[in-house]
Amino acid sequence: MSTHQPPMPQAPGAPDWQAAPGGSYPGYTSPIPVVRTHLGHAVASEWTKIRSVRSTIWTLSVFVFLVVGIGLLVGALVSAHASESSLSGTNPLSFGFFGLLVGNMCVITLGVLTTASEYGTGMIRTTMTACPSRGRVLAAKAIVFFVVAFVVSLVSVTFVAMVQSSMLSGSGTESPSGGAWLKATVGVSLYMALLGLLALFVGSIIRHSAGGITIMIGLVLAPLVLALFMATESLHSVRDFLFEYSFPSQLGVFYDSTLSGSGPRGWDPLWIMLGLAAVAGAGAYALLRNRDV
Amino acid sequence: MIELDGLTKRYGEKVAVDGLTCTVRPGIVTGFLGPNGAGKSTTMRMILGLDHPTAGDVRIDGSRYEQLTDPLTCVGALLDAKAMHGGRSAYNHLLCLAQSNGIPRARVGEVLETVGLMAVARQKAKGFSYGMSQRLGIAAALLGDPRILMFDEPVNGLDPEGIHWIRNLMRSLAAQGRTVFVSSHLMSEMAQTADHLIVIGQGRLLADTSMADFIRRHARSYVRVRSPQRERLLDALHEAGVTAVEAADGALEAEGDKAEQIGELAAGHGIVLHELSPRQASLEEAFMRLTAGSVEYHAQSAAAPGNWGADRQGGTA
Ligand SMILES: Nc1ncnc2c1ncn2[C@@H]1O[C@H](COP(=O)(O)OP(=O)(O)OP(=O)(O)O)[C@@H](O)[C@H]1O
Ligand SMILES: [Mg+2]
Repeated sequence: MSTHQPPMPQAPGAPDWQAAPGGSYPGYTSPIPVVRTHLGHAVASEWTKIRSVRSTIWTLSVFVFLVVGIGLLVGALVSAHASESSLSGTNPLSFGFFGLLVGNMCVITLGVLTTASEYGTGMIRTTMTACPSRGRVLAAKAIVFFVVAFVVSLVSVTFVAMVQSSMLSGSGTESPSGGAWLKATVGVSLYMALLGLLALFVGSIIRHSAGGITIMIGLVLAPLVLALFMATESLHSVRDFLFEYSFPSQLGVFYDSTLSGSGPRGWDPLWIMLGLAAVAGAGAYALLRNRDV
Repeated sequence: MIELDGLTKRYGEKVAVDGLTCTVRPGIVTGFLGPNGAGKSTTMRMILGLDHPTAGDVRIDGSRYEQLTDPLTCVGALLDAKAMHGGRSAYNHLLCLAQSNGIPRARVGEVLETVGLMAVARQKAKGFSYGMSQRLGIAAALLGDPRILMFDEPVNGLDPEGIHWIRNLMRSLAAQGRTVFVSSHLMSEMAQTADHLIVIGQGRLLADTSMADFIRRHARSYVRVRSPQRERLLDALHEAGVTAVEAADGALEAEGDKAEQIGELAAGHGIVLHELSPRQASLEEAFMRLTAGSVEYHAQSAAAPGNWGADRQGGTA
């Protein structure tokens, strides 16, 4: 027996409803200790939520499968078929690019679902009743998702990078510097997690899973597709801009040690994504505060 | 205690809740009644801070909902039974709610036990029947052992045993000194559960009184009389100034609460009576009389209930 008595019908009988006295809010006092809630509670709750649904397991397994599978496949193909001269001077880590080019869809999907799916089911009302501070709910979701996405990316990307560099060592590729390693593992994982965070905020703004995912895929693909159709001379500068800032080009920057040319370089794509996520986050927060749930 | 003060909600042109001022007190079950679309659910959403009022204010024990630092131990609410992720198990659904308020994990098992869902605790909510979802929703409301409870149509989908259970549950929760605020369309159920009534129609307050007072004020009481000498009885009643109408089965219904007078009258005239029964007007009848003018959505059927409707339309189906 616990100390708490479950409220069961032992003592019905007509209550004396004249007896509700004035004064400062009388009534029942629970034996359960009252806790002042804070962000930590919301984070624990969101962690339970994200780990207890299939969609998380699915999107993350497919992500790992794509990143690791494509990474290993590309590594094996390159080491089997490329000649030593054609590989000279290439960064062996750069073959991790292809897995992420496809795998980002999974991160986007999970990001959108983390917020938008609660609107589809009506769960959001239960969530907001349990935690009326809307900013805290959004922050907790963002923190939990970001950590999960970052850790899963980092583990799979690092695994692929280590396997690829050992597969290709001695085949003429250059040996990557510490900086190159950092960018191709931590850097690109932060980039992926931020992309997913952007998707999470878009999901919170759109409040519709399919809509949010479509918009995010559009954002990732549109610049490249638009650029492909800009054949006219007068649009060259626009086309180059779209190419350089398209998702694949920015992703490629993490594997590119050249500092020449225009467009983003070094860690720029990370700052760009951070800016986008921050703007979307501010928008999502403002809307969440003002709209009815 | 829940205090509404001039609470108003407008959705575009539509005024869903219109200047509602009333208080829901602890220690009793307060029924919240109104026809479809009257604004009951909207009012409850505003109490929980989910919808922002267009005007007016709601206070929970003196503070706004969003200022509560321990919301679930203060207010437990069931708004919509299906408002949960179908892919999550009942246990995990309650666990994430418990964690968000620092409620001990052991409470999850306790409330599952209370609502009788222990056996399906690990099953996904999407496989639940409506009644099972409703029970899970009630478990979530009880999770923090709150001093205020709010249920939006809790008996929907429950089996007879479940209805009986929740009726006793609500009464015992109120008897422990908690505030219990419950909406329902099942008048006979409400009549057995609620002590006090708040009735709204088209967003406006129509009544805020005790159950007994409400019925007394809004439903006619009458005496049902059956006699083989009906014509003589009618004459006698007419002479005595008692209005009586003929019921469908040939009995007479005499207005008012005058069983003794009618019995003596019949005896005096030597009229044989086969039945003489004072009838307690039902809550349903009282409710339909009061809200007749504010029912927005009429069923178009020849069998429309009762003859209190303001503008019954002929069956065109
Ligand atoms: N989000 C919304 N947007 C627009 N109109 C709304 C919204 N929510 C409610 N309404 C309108 O407000 C009115 C009140 O709705 P509400 O759901 O509160 O009624 P109710 O009393 O709960 O009805 P029911 O007995 O059918 O549950 C209805 O006319 C409804 O159409
Ligand atoms: Mg409703």
